[in-house]
Amino acid sequence: MKTSVIIFPGSNCDRDVIHAVQEITGEPVAPVWHKEDTLCPDTDLVILPGGFSYGDYLRCGAMASTSPIMKAVRDHASSGRLLLGICNGFQVLTESRLLPGSLLSNKTLTFICKRCYIKVERTDTPFTSLYNEGQVVQFPIAHHEGLYFLPPGELRELEDNGQVVFRYCSPDGEVSPDFNPNGALNNIAGVKNRKGNILGLMPHPERASESVLGGTDGALMWRSIIKWLEKEGA
Amino acid sequence: MNSFHVKILVYLKEGVLDTQGKAVAKSLIDSGYSNLMNVRVGKYIQLWINAISSEDALKEAEKMCDDLLVNQLIEQYEIEIES
Repeated sequence: MKTSVIIFPGSNCDRDVIHAVQEITGEPVAPVWHKEDTLCPDTDLVILPGGFSYGDYLRCGAMASTSPIMKAVRDHASSGRLLLGICNGFQVLTESRLLPGSLLSNKTLTFICKRCYIKVERTDTPFTSLYNEGQVVQFPIAHHEGLYFLPPGELRELEDNGQVVFRYCSPDGEVSPDFNPNGALNNIAGVKNRKGNILGLMPHPERASESVLGGTDGALMWRSIIKWLEKEGA
Repeated sequence: MNSFHVKILVYLKEGVLDTQGKAVAKSLIDSGYSNLMNVRVGKYIQLWINAISSEDALKEAEKMCDDLLVNQLIEQYEIEIES
């Protein structure tokens, strides 16, 4: 498995995710500066990391969506290969229209940094195949704009298509407004495209990949990807 | 070529939660403005564009709105142009 992690000006979780993926998979992970126009050769997985690309100017992720590397990222995804956006990376994916929806300011009007319980709703994706359906995992969130929004008709379509992969929930897996940290519609924490090769989520699996950080639920994501690539091929 | 001053008002569509507006409203109400019903906050963007005509400048500005300045899933905009 070869991974390219894109670094935008203001990305700040790039090193974390490079470390986590390398440590868990033992496979090479290369940083790619956003001004480049090509990914690392034979890239299987592209990760857009968390952070504050372009200082969150205009709208979170908007400016990064126009970076030179994004053409190669689009080509990579349209050929069916894997693309993952975490936090600000998720915002870049929605601003690029590679994933539906938009991330608005949290209903609390505050930056929220805490561990959250997340329910894994889809295990038939390349990113989640080693989780159990309905499994409750703990990933940290750290964002100010994480309220997932879609107009009502499109939200229904997203749900009908089974594109919601992660939802905020209670420790027992109850999905309700009481366990919704940011006001995201339908407690949505992560969504995929219809094809299933693009995933975006606000929580940080890379911050829950090693026990030294207090949890290893995120490590299964990297192992799921490896397993999927071995089975399905690149 | 002439220079045109383009003024763009960008604001959240109706029905899209405006947390910033809510925070501002709460501050104002807490300051004693008890008649205040609601606040919604938008953005004002100014561009200066060289173009042959105001129609061309407008077309260019609209393209910039589509490409970057406005996320039409959640926002709408109004454009005013001056030569």
